[in-house]
Amino acid sequence: MSISQHFPVFVILLPLISAVLIPILSRAKKIYGWYISSAATFFSFMISVSLLRTVLDKGEISYWLGNWEPPWGIEYVVDYLSGFVLVVISFIIFVITLYSRNSVDKEIPEDKVVPFYSIYMLFVAGLLGMIVTGDIFNLYVFIEISSLAGYALIAVGRKRDALIASYNYLILGTIAATFILLGIGYLYMMTGTLNMADLRERLPALYNTTVIRTAFAFFSVGLSLKIALFPLHIWLPNAYTHAPSVIAALQAATATKVGVYAMIRIMFTVFKPHFILEVVPVARLFLVLSAVAIIAGSLLAFGQKDIRRVLAYSSIGQIGYIVMGIALANRLSIIGSLIHILNHALMKGGLFLVVGAVVYKTGITDIDGFKGLGKKMPFSMAAFTICALSMVGIPLTAGFVSKWYLALGALQAGKWIMVPVILISSLLTAIYFWRIIDNIYFEGHEVEGKIDDAPPGMLVPTFALAFCCILFGIVASIPVNITGLAAEMLVGG
Amino acid sequence: MVVSVSLIGVLLIAGSSKKPNERELYTILTALAKFFLVVSMLPTILQGKVIEFLLITVLPGLDIKFRVDAFGIFFAITSSFLWILNSLYSIGYMRALKEHAQTRYYICFAIALSATMGIAFSANLFTLFLFYEALTICTYPLVIHNETPEAKQGGKRYLAYLLGTSIAFQLFAIFLVYNVAGTLEFSNQGILAGKGSNLLLSVIFFLFIAGIGKGALMPFHLWLPAAMVAPTPVSALLHAVAVVKAGVFTILKIVLFVFGVDLLSQLGLGLVLAYCAGFTTIAASFVALKEDNLKARLAYSTVSQLSYIILGAALLSPSAITGAVMHIVVHAFGKITLFFTAGAIYVATRKKKISELDGIGRQMPFTMTAFAIASLSMIGLPPASGFLSKWYLFLGAIEADQALIFIVLAGSAVLNAFYFLPIVYAAFFKELPPGEKAERREAPAFMVVPLMLTAIGTIIILFCPSFFIDLAGMVAASATGVN
Repeated sequence: MSISQHFPVFVILLPLISAVLIPILSRAKKIYGWYISSAATFFSFMISVSLLRTVLDKGEISYWLGNWEPPWGIEYVVDYLSGFVLVVISFIIFVITLYSRNSVDKEIPEDKVVPFYSIYMLFVAGLLGMIVTGDIFNLYVFIEISSLAGYALIAVGRKRDALIASYNYLILGTIAATFILLGIGYLYMMTGTLNMADLRERLPALYNTTVIRTAFAFFSVGLSLKIALFPLHIWLPNAYTHAPSVIAALQAATATKVGVYAMIRIMFTVFKPHFILEVVPVARLFLVLSAVAIIAGSLLAFGQKDIRRVLAYSSIGQIGYIVMGIALANRLSIIGSLIHILNHALMKGGLFLVVGAVVYKTGITDIDGFKGLGKKMPFSMAAFTICALSMVGIPLTAGFVSKWYLALGALQAGKWIMVPVILISSLLTAIYFWRIIDNIYFEGHEVEGKIDDAPPGMLVPTFALAFCCILFGIVASIPVNITGLAAEMLVGG
Repeated sequence: MVVSVSLIGVLLIAGSSKKPNERELYTILTALAKFFLVVSMLPTILQGKVIEFLLITVLPGLDIKFRVDAFGIFFAITSSFLWILNSLYSIGYMRALKEHAQTRYYICFAIALSATMGIAFSANLFTLFLFYEALTICTYPLVIHNETPEAKQGGKRYLAYLLGTSIAFQLFAIFLVYNVAGTLEFSNQGILAGKGSNLLLSVIFFLFIAGIGKGALMPFHLWLPAAMVAPTPVSALLHAVAVVKAGVFTILKIVLFVFGVDLLSQLGLGLVLAYCAGFTTIAASFVALKEDNLKARLAYSTVSQLSYIILGAALLSPSAITGAVMHIVVHAFGKITLFFTAGAIYVATRKKKISELDGIGRQMPFTMTAFAIASLSMIGLPPASGFLSKWYLFLGAIEADQALIFIVLAGSAVLNAFYFLPIVYAAFFKELPPGEKAERREAPAFMVVPLMLTAIGTIIILFCPSFFIDLAGMVAASATGVN
């Protein structure tokens, strides 16, 4: 009983401690890095599930770090939203960690494997901390932890391009973080508190002041940069393309999602929805930007030759979907956004894992290199196809569920023009994935030599994600119920 | 259950890919099983009852639900019966030409028929859409079977038109219907009455019409000629049984069971649809006149004939609807015969063009006789069953006071004669090209027997129509509330 009371902080502590333990214990054997990471992420996932269940049973959990009462102490809050996102993210992280063993072998230089896992754990700790915290400065700390770890992880790859991509991301990401810090600073200046719930009480009186509006502007820009919302997306394609496959998968599936979570927290918990809808109607601006992101992402994915770039631009479009749901700010659309956090993590994660498997076996990332792989790597390609179908939004896959709710939310908000936007991008997605699937199944071989399918260590996690794409397309009621509760909490029904 | 039968068949077929005879046996067994399962549900339906089955609720408001009613079982019986014959024919065709990738072929067929059954028995728009898309996807490998560049081109166009229209338009319409009506279930009186402004309802209607590409209304029909690159049994399936009939079935469901006869006549949209269909009928006939490739001519004939069905439904009168539903089975039998014939000609003589067919009646009398009978059905002359469905359509046009439609129907019958009769004439009454002898060269029995059976079926339907007429009448009655 008393241990489980501390679960909210354990979720972060486990990875943090692992980060320290790994370099120490790996002196004995390099592989311990992977073992410890897997164990840590597994337990984090289990703890997250337990937390969510407690929340569903008893309501919001509030945990005071060190037992100091907020708003002086740091509070961790697990409510429907953070509980849901926590489970999703920790699950994906766990699956990817399991997968990482083989991929890391191939892609990370041997002497860097140990620090890799150590920094990986820091990254995880940062992400999970972002989700769980109820203190706005704490949020910034975790943003920085995960970002800095992220830059390092991207750069660990063998190529020089990785260094440049990471450096770009570092510069832009630091600007973003600085903006966020400024926003926090302004809020603190005007209210004297850093606790999110407290801010929620104190801010409405100040909504019309320039300082608060400026703070919000800084938050918006900073977070938009972090989540690569068009047009602040330029760092993403290179980062995803040149990072090691595991890191690309991790970043695509988790980092931007947690960034969006932070955005939701700012817009709906710290500031009330009233602010973005009426006081400063930024919702409309975000709606337009999201529509542009959706279309631009899908269009830009077209001409790309490298599959990781295709997936990167596709991700930019998908972030657009999530932001659109936020900008519409009604119950249905928020359900759509939150479910898309889950679904996109599953789909994009799965897709990047397959790419990693292909790299592992063939070293190729060109779309043409996929020709004929349907016969040589049937399982991996099957997983790819399932995830691709989910991206298009075919019914019975998870992708359809998010699009359904987003479309309904758009119609309910009276913004019916968003529905063609969603549908057109689905069509575009179908086309650019079609080219790849065509290559996989209906073309002859391009890659020489004997290639067989990826090792089980990589296949099982990949398939787990693909399976979930279908599972949550059919038994969608579970995520829908939870996100429904979250959405009601955020926008009040 | 019926849906799952052929899915199980798929597993069996896949498993026996190394042993051709066993594999073919499984296909035939599956087809027979499916047909008998469908027939077993018939007595209940004929009594006027409906069978419902909820598979799973995916999301609130979105169930995968099956409902066996008169219309559904009509379509299902036609398709499952013809699949049996088509499978026999396929065996003959594939083996005669020593085709590759036969396992993939049979597997896709089985899945396609599952999808067709799913469409026939769907209880709501979501289930229908699901199986509609599934049908497109699983017929793609069949279309590009030959894997030549032309086949791939044809396949791309196929997907582009079918997936493009269904995602951009049909899905949009489904979203709107749910938003406006709160439900997606089919109902005899429609679910949209009074649920939105006339403008909104009209928009939804046109989105549906544009979004159901499988019905081949112009200008969304180009996938059909493009799909002619497929092997002929596939074309027979696509153009008689599964895909196109699924298309018009869907359109009829929308017209009769989502909008409802009353609402559409109020909105005046029935007439608009009728004119679009009428235009398609005539225009497609003109294109058919010019085509020399036999399959292409048949393809455009299909486009034209499908619009008869849509036209009948759009007239919104009981006789017209009966005629439309009848034409589903009539055209199925007729067109499948014609395509079977085309395939037989190709297998026996490697000829694809009409201009090459002089005198072929002497070489392939059985085949060409079947062709002649089926042509009569298309034109609408006795003793072929086309007469029956045309009769009802004409009646319906009179009932609905639409003189122009009457003229369209009559005119297109004449045009049909113009592009079918010359072929029959040339086959029997012209001289063979120099160098060819007038000896019998029929295609293998596996192919000729099915096509004769379907031709005979065409005649039988005219003389023993009561079963089909009754079912069709039930559909019309439930849709219009007339008894």
